Formats: sequence, structure tokens, C-alpha cells
Amino acid sequence: MSTAVLRTEIRLFGREPGGIFWILLFPTLLLVILGSIPSFRQPDPSFGGLRPVDAYVPVAVLLGLIVGGVQSMPQTLTGYRERGILRRMSTTPVRPGALLTAHMCVYGGAALCSALLALAVGRLAFGVALPRQGAGYALALLASVLVALALGSVVTALSRTTKIAGAIGSAVFFPSMFCAGVWLPVQAMPDALARGVGYTPFGAAAEALNRTAAGHWPGWAHLGVLAVWFVLLTAGARRWFRWE
Amino acid sequence: MVDGVSFGVEEGEIFGVLGPNGAGKTTTVECVEGLRVPDAGRVRVTGLDPVADHREVARVLGAQLQQSQLQPKLTVREALELYASFYEHPSDWKALVERLELGARLDTRFGKLSGGQQQRLFIALALIGGPRVVVLDELTTGLDPRARRDTWELIEDVRAGGVTVLLVTHFMEEAQRLCDRIAVIDKGRVAALDTPAGLIRRSAGGTVVSFTPSAELPGAELRALPALASVADRDGRITLTGTDETVTALLSLLARLRVTAHQLRVTDATLDDAFLDLTKEDAA
Repeated sequence: MSTAVLRTEIRLFGREPGGIFWILLFPTLLLVILGSIPSFRQPDPSFGGLRPVDAYVPVAVLLGLIVGGVQSMPQTLTGYRERGILRRMSTTPVRPGALLTAHMCVYGGAALCSALLALAVGRLAFGVALPRQGAGYALALLASVLVALALGSVVTALSRTTKIAGAIGSAVFFPSMFCAGVWLPVQAMPDALARGVGYTPFGAAAEALNRTAAGHWPGWAHLGVLAVWFVLLTAGARRWFRWE
Repeated sequence: MVDGVSFGVEEGEIFGVLGPNGAGKTTTVECVEGLRVPDAGRVRVTGLDPVADHREVARVLGAQLQQSQLQPKLTVREALELYASFYEHPSDWKALVERLELGARLDTRFGKLSGGQQQRLFIALALIGGPRVVVLDELTTGLDPRARRDTWELIEDVRAGGVTVLLVTHFMEEAQRLCDRIAVIDKGRVAALDTPAGLIRRSAGGTVVSFTPSAELPGAELRALPALASVADRDGRITLTGTDETVTALLSLLARLRVTAHQLRVTDATLDDAFLDLTKEDAA
């Protein structure tokens, strides 16, 4: 880990208006738009008595993470590889891994900021209760961030160019959004579908966030699914990653 | 593809690696930089293995790569500060920047620099760690003639400070001006290894004579001149390459035939000629 590399990458992230918008602002903006629809503020039996806007806060939290991990990070990293930036840096005493670690910190950190923003706006604008099991929520969120970064690393590892990274990223992005509940929150999914989605990284993440938001400790099953995905994806990224 | 390239670079020397496109120059220096793992053979930099002791080598070796970029939105100042932070005892980058005339560009982003400015920034980054060895791959590509000369002076100063320089080039004037010794690499092998003057002397046709004879000369007699490398006749002007011996014999021949040589010119071949000769020989 090199603090100089991290500081530089944070500064560079600040110069990307696209990244700032899509990771930090867009998920909360979506929450605000949905929350502005009157029917989304009425309790709904298909959401287990929650208001749809309540169910969309965890979705917004996961959305920032998916955009940051699966779309933005692979674009940046494959771009660095394409431009020979990784190569140039590997002729210096700094470990080339420092650049990868820095990116994970930047995108993971941005996703966490985005999550906090969604929680704050949900609370202040729509009266969505803050997670009742705070520690459990933090644990579930952290596990979700790690899985998103690991998934992004696999996309990076498999993509030779930024174009390919864009294509693979999108192919992973839409299913991930679906599983996170962007179109239909997991609470409202039919049981069989919800069960299947619970085995995907972001489906499990959504379930874990929902449980902790409601005041329970995250279930071992969901944390276990996240842990297995993390281990598999990290192993895949390590196996397939190329510096050049 | 590189096959059996072997050379030793002395401390404080400017050593040139010369060769046609695709000869294996960059492959060779990538092994020195530790960017490429050789299938076979042994590479040592200040006694260290560039692959196994990568970090130790990186501390003493500064590299300017042929094709690499920086983050497009990184400014020149940020790049210099970042790379300086990688080394324990970095050079004073402000002095380097003045020397490379980047002072007015410190707040410009890398992506907005011209090709020559980017190149100068990479030279600065190669020197920023205060290296004992610098590897420069196509040092002055993209530089205008003045910047090129300034860069050459900078490299001479760097060497005067005791730094060993490994210079990859296909620019003869640069090699002739800077290098103490040159390895000519062709088709993945060392075709010749000598000082620039030595290479010129060694190559067939180190001396070039051209003149316009007052009367036609018998071709057979010309071709029989000792140590002759080539004869060419273009619109009555004859150009011979060979050695000093060829010239002496030519002058006696002209005197014997009572032929006057108008506009007689005797010049040393350039490194360019020597290079063409050396790499051609290999092809045959």
C-alpha cells in the first residue's frame, strides 16, 4: 500500500465528473425520484407492510456499489493497463499491486459514501428508519462492497481492453442490478425467484441489508453466500489477471 | 525474438543498443528492466537479478519506456511528486524540470502535453530516483532538433555524475554523439560490438571517395582496386567505398591513366553507412 498512490488516485477520481455522478449521486437521485411518487410512500402488503421507498433504500445502497465496482473500476484499471501506466509503475520500487489496492480503496470508499448519502437522504427526505441493527448492517455492507470489488476485479482480469471491459461490465451490470432489486425489490419478488436470487452476490447482499435494516442480525446463509462469492471471485481475479 | 544476445556494460558508460525495427532491442532492455522474464540466459544489473530482486533493481534503475503513458488527468507536478515519493533519496525534480524546460507546464495535465513534452516528462521520471543505471528506450523520439540536443547534453551530464546509461536508439547521430560503445543487434543477435569509430572502421567501406573523371575509366581496373567495397557510377560521377588503401591505389591509377578527378571528395563513412553495412551483411 502506498499512500502517495492512494492520494493521487483519490485526486484523479475527483476529476471524473462521470464517476462522481454515477457512483455517488445517481443512486440517491433514483431514490428521490421514486420517493416523490405518492404511491411509493404508502405501506404496501407485497413489501411485507413496508413502503416501497423503504425497500428502495437498500437498493440504492447496492446500486452505488455495483456501478463503482463492476462498471467504473474495470474501466479505469483496463485503461491503465492499455496505456502502459501499470507497466511504467512496475519499473519503480513501488509494488504494482499498490495501484490496484488504491483503486479498490477509491471505488470501495466512493460506494460507501454513496451508501451513506442514500441512507441520509432516505431518512431526512422520506423518513425511512435508519438500520436498526447498525453493526450487522455495517458488516453486511462491508461484505457487499468486498464482493462488488472482487467481481469488478474479475471483469478487469478478463478484459484485455477498455472496450471489452465495457461490454463484460454491462453484461454483469444488468443482472446484478436485477438481483439487487432495482426493478423489483427482493421483498416483492415471488418466493421461488427470491430464493434463486438469494444465491447471487447482490441478491444475498440485498437480503442481508434488508434483515439488518429491520433489526435482525444478518443470516449466516446470506453472509455465507457473500463469503463464497468473495473467495471464488478473488481466486478467479488472481488467476486471470495480467499486468500487460 | 532474441537469441544469444550477450554484452556487458561498464559502470559510468553510455552503452548504445542499435538495430533495425523489430531486431529485438526493446526485448533485450525489457529483460534488463525486469519487465520480461527471459526464457533462458542470465541478466544482472549491479549484480542483481532484475526478476528475482525486482525491487532492489528498481531502486537503482531508472527507465524510460518506449510506449507508456500516465494518467491523462495527472498534472506534470503531481506526476513528479508521485514518482519522487517511490524512492528513498529522489533527485531534486525542480532542477530536472528546469533542465528539461517543463517549468511552465507543471500544472498542465499529462493528456494536454505535446508529444515532445510527454517525452521530456518521461526522461525526468527516469532520472527522478537518482538512479545508478538508466535505461532509455528511444530517448529523443518526438523531440525537435533543439530539444534533442539539450537532451543529449543532459545525458552527458548524467553520465558525468557516474551514472551508467543504456541507450536504445535507431538514430545514428545520437549513437555516434553519445555512446562509448555500441552493440548492433540484428535479428535477435549481436551483429557487432565496438566503439562508434571502431564500427565505422570495421565495416567494409569505411572510406568514401567520389569524383567526376575527365575521361572514362576502365571498369575492370576500378573493380580491381585493393580493399574495395563498392563502386557506383551515377551520371558520370563515380563513388567508391573502401579503405585508405583503396584511395591511394585509386590516385596512382588516375595518375597512370592521366585522368583528372574533378570535385574529388574523400570522406569517412558515417555510423549510418556502417550500420547499413553490418545489418545487410547479416541478411546475406
